[in-house]
Amino acid sequence: MFANAAIEPFVVKECALLTIATGKRARNLKEITDHLLTIHQGSIYHHFWGRLLRPRFADPEYNNDFAEWVHSALQDDILAERLSIMNPEAFADLESLRQGLLEIMEQRLDEIEMVAWAKRDMQFHFVRSQIIVFDTGERIEGPEYLVEALPKLSVRSVFYHFIDARHRRPEMMDDFRSWLRSYGDDYDDLCSQLASVDPYFGSLVELRTQLTNLFVNYFRSVS
Amino acid sequence: MTSIQDYVPVTGEDVIDRLYEIARPLRGMKVVHVNSTHVGGGVAEILSKLVPLQKDLGLDVRWEVIRGEERFFQVTKSFHNGLQGIPVPLGDTLLKVYEEVGAQNAERLRSILEAADIVIIHDPQPLPLLRSCPNRKGKWIWRCHIDLSHPYRPVWKYLRNFVMEYDASIFSLADFAQPLPQTQYLMQPSIDPLSQKNMDLTQEEVHAVKLQFGLDPDRPIMLQVSRFDRFKDPLGVLKAYRLVKSFVPSLQLILAGGGATDDPEGEEVLTDVRNGAGTDKDIHVLLFPPYSHLIINALQRGADVVVQKSLKEGFGLTVTEALWKGKPVIGGDAGGIRLQVVNYQTGFLVKTPEGAALRARYLLRHPDKALKMGRIAKELVRQNFLLTRNLQEYLSILVALIYGDQERIELQLKSAP
Repeated sequence: MFANAAIEPFVVKECALLTIATGKRARNLKEITDHLLTIHQGSIYHHFWGRLLRPRFADPEYNNDFAEWVHSALQDDILAERLSIMNPEAFADLESLRQGLLEIMEQRLDEIEMVAWAKRDMQFHFVRSQIIVFDTGERIEGPEYLVEALPKLSVRSVFYHFIDARHRRPEMMDDFRSWLRSYGDDYDDLCSQLASVDPYFGSLVELRTQLTNLFVNYFRSVS
Repeated sequence: MTSIQDYVPVTGEDVIDRLYEIARPLRGMKVVHVNSTHVGGGVAEILSKLVPLQKDLGLDVRWEVIRGEERFFQVTKSFHNGLQGIPVPLGDTLLKVYEEVGAQNAERLRSILEAADIVIIHDPQPLPLLRSCPNRKGKWIWRCHIDLSHPYRPVWKYLRNFVMEYDASIFSLADFAQPLPQTQYLMQPSIDPLSQKNMDLTQEEVHAVKLQFGLDPDRPIMLQVSRFDRFKDPLGVLKAYRLVKSFVPSLQLILAGGGATDDPEGEEVLTDVRNGAGTDKDIHVLLFPPYSHLIINALQRGADVVVQKSLKEGFGLTVTEALWKGKPVIGGDAGGIRLQVVNYQTGFLVKTPEGAALRARYLLRHPDKALKMGRIAKELVRQNFLLTRNLQEYLSILVALIYGDQERIELQLKSAP
């Protein structure tokens, strides 16, 4: 397979996330639910996706900040489990995701007799992200060149192209699949494999390794 | 002087390339930092590093320092304590001194400040400058380095009037942010890997420092580096040491801290610690002047167990320093320590001296695991808490201020140089 001159090369970008305090805090389930009704959409983005760029370790117990807080500050593991299984990509946009969160939290409020309180220094702070995107100048001329390019991508590029894209693109897919689709159905199998990668457990370094292995194995099998 | 390229071996070339890329739209921009001292204290230390690096990236940066008499600094010291939650007296006379000194400094600095594209005011001392610069053309940012989580309300209520007029503010943690009308950016502190406090040392250098302070280099060392402050719980560390000592009789303890002579409570705590240490020759209570960076560095590198058993903590840069040296840290379950210490990954969070003792025994018993955790710890700091990350965030905030409060800012590909 060779690069198709008619198709634009893949433009490698990077991003920096700025974290902004919203000033909204919650100490119990009622408060967090109330704030969620009106909180800036960028805050929902931050607490689902932005966390991947924060200091983290392998194997996080929960994969969004809401579930993590409910577990660690409120010790409500029933709710933590329900929140953690939410797949943000199953929602059409951030507004739908907000409604999904509210539905689960309000249902839990109906179930419990008394709301648990977090300690003063364990409050949930709603923060939001501002994203700065810049072009690295690097271009990838064809899909097979990704085998060599992927291990060299910074984790912020991996975040931008594989995580942020799912929220950014109307078709809610990563940039790699979106670009591969421009080759018609040539890379359908590769796209299916990419679609099955779950990026929410593990670090961005691990994700980069996983994607690299996927491309290496694919091009080895078709060559 | 340190150049931006000096950081390549530590951070990798891609991190430095990214800094150049983010700085590109800011080249030539006039940026002025203002604080209250050129030397001493964390802010001066940060600025002495940041300003040359920002210049290196093509920004036109100045660092100005406000001047004031003793009474002015007494007032601002009270503000500092008040913002950290200590009730302090606030008389009209004192407030008048604060505002008058602000106006006098504005007279001297007005032309520079009004011409600047960005002015970054550090901490409360220079806050009133903005009011005396009515023809300012740039954006003004207030960078608060203080733990503002539970301020003494009358002090904050007074200072908030000045802060509200700024275009943006920057706090170290979400917990410190306050209800304010402007955008409040969050930016965690960082350490400089090339500074004397964090640079690599040889084993011989570490060994020599141990001998210098009467330590036996062949026996295990438990260390806490911090001011002699009750919130750092040095007495709790003494208790933890004694609990470990019954299992590891060869253990030595170092409690090392900065000078406490200007802090009456610090002296009181130091006396308590010395009394608590009693006649145990394996306890070393060391008081250092503020420039003892190489010694602190060597002690951290030479320790077998590093403790930061704070009961309250803003961020805990001594934790970051130890993690950078590949040491897992036994830290109090408080404030910014939680962002850095995760059980079995980079150390242990503890609530009691007993907990600290248990974890210290574990680390002494499992040096292989301590080594593994230390590697994770160093990587955590490399990725998140180095000066280069701080620099990148400063630049990103400046970019954001130019482009406005849009959620997504796309910078175009660089033009040919």
